[in-house]
Amino acid sequence: MTDVQDQAARKEPSAREAAGAHARSGSKHVGKPLRRREDEALLTGAGRYADDLPVPPGTLVAHVLRSPHPHALIRGIDVAAALDLPGVSAVITGEDIAKLSDPFLVAVKEPIPQWSLAVERVRYVGEPVALIVASDRYVAEDAAELVEIDYEPLPVVIDPLEAVGPDAILVHEAVGSNELSRRDFVYGDPDAAFASADRIVKLDVEFPRHSYTPMECFVVVAEYRRAEQSYDVLANFQGPFSAHPVMARALRIPGSKLRLRTPPDSGGSFGIKLSVFPFIVLMGLAARIVGRPVKWVEDRLEHLLAASTGPNRITKVEAAVMNDGRIAGLRLDQLEDYGAYLRAPMPGPLYRMHGALTGAYDIRNLAVANRIVLTNKAPAALNRGFGGPQIYLALERIVQRIAVELGMDPLDVMRRNLIPAGSFPYRTAAGALYDSGDYPQAIEIATGDGRLEDLRRRRDEARAQGRLYGIGYAAVVEPGMSNMGYLSTLLPLAARERSGPKNGAVSMATVNIDPLGAVSVTADTPAQGQGHITVLSQIVADQLGLSPDEITVNLEIDTQKDQWSIASGNYSCRFSPGTAVAAHLAAQKIRDKLARIGAKQLNVLPEDVVLSGGKVRSRSNPDNALAFGRVAGTAHWSPIMLPEGVEPGLRETAVWSPPELEPPTSGDGINTSLTYGFVFDMCGIEVDPMTFQVRVDRYVSMHDAGALLNPLIAEGQIHGAFVQGIATALYEEFIYDEGGGFQTGTFADYVIPTVCEVPPLEIIHMESPSPFTPLGAKGLGEGNCMSVPVCIANAVADALGVTDVRLPATPRRIHDMLTRDEPEAGAGDAR
Amino acid sequence: MIEQKPKQRVTLTLNGRKVTGDAEPRLLLTDFIRHTLGATGTHVGCEHGVCGCCTVIIDGVAARSCLAFAVQMDGATIETVESLADEDGRMNALQEAFRRHHALQCGFCTSGILMSFTDFLRRNPEPSRDEVVDVLCGHLCRCTGYANIVDAVMDVVEAHAPPQRDIGAV
Amino acid sequence: MKPRSFEYLRPASVDEAVEALARYGDDARILAGGQSLIPMLNFRLLEPLALVDIRHIADLSHIRLDGDMLEVGAAVTQNRLLSWPDLARHVPLLAIAMPWVGHFQTRNRGTVCGSIAHADPSSEIPLSLAMLGGEVVLQSPRGRRVLKADEFQTGMLSTAREADEMIVAVRFPTGSGKAAFREVARRHGDYAIVAVGAVSLSPSEILVGIGGAADRPVVRRYASNGGDLMSEIEALAWELETYEDLHASQRMRRDLVRRLAPAVISELRS
Repeated sequence: MTDVQDQAARKEPSAREAAGAHARSGSKHVGKPLRRREDEALLTGAGRYADDLPVPPGTLVAHVLRSPHPHALIRGIDVAAALDLPGVSAVITGEDIAKLSDPFLVAVKEPIPQWSLAVERVRYVGEPVALIVASDRYVAEDAAELVEIDYEPLPVVIDPLEAVGPDAILVHEAVGSNELSRRDFVYGDPDAAFASADRIVKLDVEFPRHSYTPMECFVVVAEYRRAEQSYDVLANFQGPFSAHPVMARALRIPGSKLRLRTPPDSGGSFGIKLSVFPFIVLMGLAARIVGRPVKWVEDRLEHLLAASTGPNRITKVEAAVMNDGRIAGLRLDQLEDYGAYLRAPMPGPLYRMHGALTGAYDIRNLAVANRIVLTNKAPAALNRGFGGPQIYLALERIVQRIAVELGMDPLDVMRRNLIPAGSFPYRTAAGALYDSGDYPQAIEIATGDGRLEDLRRRRDEARAQGRLYGIGYAAVVEPGMSNMGYLSTLLPLAARERSGPKNGAVSMATVNIDPLGAVSVTADTPAQGQGHITVLSQIVADQLGLSPDEITVNLEIDTQKDQWSIASGNYSCRFSPGTAVAAHLAAQKIRDKLARIGAKQLNVLPEDVVLSGGKVRSRSNPDNALAFGRVAGTAHWSPIMLPEGVEPGLRETAVWSPPELEPPTSGDGINTSLTYGFVFDMCGIEVDPMTFQVRVDRYVSMHDAGALLNPLIAEGQIHGAFVQGIATALYEEFIYDEGGGFQTGTFADYVIPTVCEVPPLEIIHMESPSPFTPLGAKGLGEGNCMSVPVCIANAVADALGVTDVRLPATPRRIHDMLTRDEPEAGAGDAR
Repeated sequence: MIEQKPKQRVTLTLNGRKVTGDAEPRLLLTDFIRHTLGATGTHVGCEHGVCGCCTVIIDGVAARSCLAFAVQMDGATIETVESLADEDGRMNALQEAFRRHHALQCGFCTSGILMSFTDFLRRNPEPSRDEVVDVLCGHLCRCTGYANIVDAVMDVVEAHAPPQRDIGAV
Repeated sequence: MKPRSFEYLRPASVDEAVEALARYGDDARILAGGQSLIPMLNFRLLEPLALVDIRHIADLSHIRLDGDMLEVGAAVTQNRLLSWPDLARHVPLLAIAMPWVGHFQTRNRGTVCGSIAHADPSSEIPLSLAMLGGEVVLQSPRGRRVLKADEFQTGMLSTAREADEMIVAVRFPTGSGKAAFREVARRHGDYAIVAVGAVSLSPSEILVGIGGAADRPVVRRYASNGGDLMSEIEALAWELETYEDLHASQRMRRDLVRRLAPAVISELRS
């Protein structure tokens, strides 16, 4: 602990300045570690989170009654006693909901209808069964105890392998199988690669179910406007706004009649707050039923039980390997467990990484089976990393296994297979177009300066003393801004042709200048703590020659009034390659307009006009200048003074949808994302034979995220993702017992690491700007969620000399690996 | 018990001001502070005493406000995050250090953390780094990875500590 | 996660408090720090008709040396005792075990006696009390009685307290020798999976206490220089009726005892 923090404390500001060198060239604010403009409100208790905002008079409070059974028929619900309780307005059941709404749209054409309350049957513990609407939450919870539900428990299926086995209990009988979808993909000639390989290395890995649980739970405030038959809902929803059409369809209304607004502040999300969407529909319907506004604040028990989870995945991976370590081909069988229902936009995690399945390696022959399985568990959805942690657990574990089987150093196996420097843009076997990078150099830098030698020395010394010390590595390609067409790879070609191509990732931002020259910005990214207000103000300030604190940024979203599209939202690292670019383009548009207006007033050509220091001035004669506000004001006050062809007013919206994001090809090639950063991690860990705990001794993380827009915020993202990666590697897991009971329903059982559990982190940067975005910036918020779990798994495998490492590597699991038969009572020393 | 109990009058000092509200006995202090008294800077993260988001200072010591009832606070003195900046809204040294070190992201857990250290540093103005870590251990933060929070607090501690004696002068 | 309704009583004296307990019987709960009780109320795992808040009773806020005992009143918080300047001198075991109790923020409000009353088998304070052979002072309308620690804690979360009794104080014997303490938990501040304490009683005798492994603290007295301490510990591991939960199997608890106990004993000897 102390080491790392000392290091961070000693770090000179100039190190962060240097990190932003690329983005800063030619710009005054972008690339600098500007302190956050969000912070003052948050530090003084003046944040405005959803539960802090005023609600209309007469607003009622809702409480969700949830199923205690993992699988049961609902034979009847008796609400009479609950309704008799003073203060209770309504008890709403699935029957009411099914009358007023349609099931949510799903990505596969299978009969798996889901409404916002269970209809006729429950399929997981925690599934919403009834909604109590009352004067306050205390009374609503009292009423919940009075609702009598007659359940007929049914047999359950929890284990995903059992679920796809013979005679499995069916989660949805109408589907006829729990394997909801299977697609097989072949790229190159994997059969030939395997036939001619010197060796085939195989491994099964299992990625756990877990969630990065934000500290703020879900909040929804819904009103129904009877006169317009429209819903007005405030929710701490994070996007993607592709869920908006899903909600509108469920509510049987055009999208314009679902006004969804997001609050100014949101207490973290990490993917989770997409899954508030069924509750947006539920509370909207409740408001309609009771004729009053309805507010719901999810509590922590509900949240852990069933808010959202990343999917668990079982991957069988086989590598066709040559004796020099080269991987000639790869086979992946990915079985992903989405729980009891497939919710839009699932099965995202199974397909979002599709183009990048071969990671940082030049592997041309690939066979993939993607299988979706349903079980009696809570539905899975977004979770930071979004499919990345799952694939890299398989890919980087197999690299470590190859090294062990060939008697090579894992780093040498990695180096043998890395995509060579100079081959960018690089088209992967499965169709991703990697934009830029130099992976070998990144690894040289990370392992340099004695860092690798130090790790090896630590390992050697520890092992010489009989201690259990291991080194792990992980190389990760981190995608940024998803191609919204990736999910259509789920469909066979014929089905894709029938429904038409899906592609792109539309980002939008608007810059507005008022009659006195004040600048405001809106954009399609409802922030949850990522510092987007600060970065957008840096970007716009650069274009307009102002300082960032002169730019007001409002990231509350109102779907009736603001620019948005299906890609809008905060997920999959879309801010830096997406929204930031849109803001940059919008600012450029308005800058160009100001230049034309100013040119006329300065009597120069528009090309000669620059905006700097709050002035609109002639580049060739800087003394010839006008105040920014005066030039801007012309567009409002004096349209007559505008040059010909320039519209009055100053408001520009830019739309950014890069051409590289094409639909899937006929050969199932798909460029799943726009930018591809690189992360290389290495760590030394020690297993404590006394306590069975894994102690991370040293952890180094190398990042190439292209140009850094704000290095201070970038490092904050890396630190946060790192600790979440540690959580996945060593601490957090949602556990169900065999009967479907949920075992990790409190923060005492679902163990989120505190500062005491967090090891030191050393961050190194390099910058290979993306050629596909004007700012050169890539995503970087998810890389360590992808790299850390497998890096630590590899180190544990190295320390213990084992093949199978289940995550999280808890003391209990380590104990199972370390101990053999227990001596009989009275047999003396157990060791 | 389903029957509701009559509300009781609760008068306490919140951030230096005497305030009054009515509370059923079971009303959690978090709900009273936020929804009755309107001080929404205190946040609710788990309602079972683990996450620390709701930490406030009660009669001089930092404590979870989800693990207390409003009626217990009649006559008490409570400080929340809203008390930290001065009357003109200028942030104090701890708040400034959090900003300088990027020790917050979403900010939801931050109020509680600030209140823990407000109490702790009053009683122990020159703690070691390990002691700071130990106090922070009573909070969950999902965004920052904690390192910057420790740096921010240590920055305040070091600014407070008397300058190192010049060994040459001894 | 909101509690059910209850009456809130704030008695001014111990007599008033025990009267209230007598009135409500099992339907009343003592509320002191609330750090274990209120989560259970918020989960609706308990349904008391009344909470009897004793924090304001002046008679319960003492930390006092009484003969060869340190007496701690029922309203004394864990942090108050921990910052009592003479703690390490008089009860060295408590001074090293109590920093493991919860967190700074919960110790600020959680009471020493509340931890005893809650009787979690993993808790450090009941383990310390059991190891030192301390006493629990109970009062009811029928009068006072004093129970030894091992008479008081009868199992997992269960004690010999009668419905109309409240703990007014606990007494820790002073003058015990050097102590060592260590525990394993998933995270710092969590309930221990296994906790081990050791205290030297005399040059020839030590006490070893195990928390978290069985349904209540287990204490053994060993000759400190006995050559077969290791086999004693092995025997102890088997004697413990260990339990399984999410974080550890029965076997793992035994193995933790096998590993931690020798380490703690050797720390004691060093």
